Amino acid sequence: MADLMELNYAVSNEDFTRAGEASSDVKKKLKQLGVSPEAIRKVAIALYEGEINMIIHAYGGKIKVTISEDAITLILADKGPGIADVEKAMQAGYSTAPDKVRSLGFGAGMGLPNMKKNSDQMDIQTELGVGTTVTMVINL
Amino acid sequence: MTVNDIIELLDGTALAGKDELDKEVLTACGSDMMSDVLAFAKHQCVLLTGLCNPQVIRTAEMMDIVAIIFVRGKTPDETMIQMADEMGLPIITTSHRMFSSCGLLYEHGLTGGIIDG
Repeated sequence: MADLMELNYAVSNEDFTRAGEASSDVKKKLKQLGVSPEAIRKVAIALYEGEINMIIHAYGGKIKVTISEDAITLILADKGPGIADVEKAMQAGYSTAPDKVRSLGFGAGMGLPNMKKNSDQMDIQTELGVGTTVTMVINL
Repeated sequence: MTVNDIIELLDGTALAGKDELDKEVLTACGSDMMSDVLAFAKHQCVLLTGLCNPQVIRTAEMMDIVAIIFVRGKTPDETMIQMADEMGLPIITTSHRMFSSCGLLYEHGLTGGIIDG
């Protein structure tokens, strides 16, 4: 299936107040394209959680969104510390986020489980000291 | 229940999204933890929170939250108000505390919605 659109974003960790700008832009573009509200909601939640994770844990990274006729693919790649135990990280409530992040309303250990819940496929490639790439597919 | 009804019940003040106060609200979610809002908020939901930072507005945008109610007199800054205005997202501030705010809305028929796991 031919790709209809590709969107690329660089996520910076310098200013936490700007977290979510990429997700906000993707949401607006999907709305313009006439994507169903259910799919937009899934993409918005999955991507925003991922964007927050990149900022909290990985000093920023890159987001690539590919929209085709039958699916939306989200690829979030960072050069952060990597995830030591993916199985543990996938458990609801498990978090390694510092207290500072909790005071901002995040770090409840719901991010990765929520990303999985809102995507039809999710894959995590991670290597300690090298980085993490999360790929999520939301079917249309 | 509309956003206007909520303002009245909570003796609240609208600070942003003032053209959208007749919107219908079906459920409510009370939390200071945006992670939980992202995991649990329901359709046509109003968010009650004591957390006051720009990520509250972003979270509301992502979740299609109908309105944000800042409890305990929390007042968002100009940047947050501007963000919400651009989104057409009503922001209400009330001096009631979280428990009382939730209680008042619940008493008047607003519920948290059904948990679907």
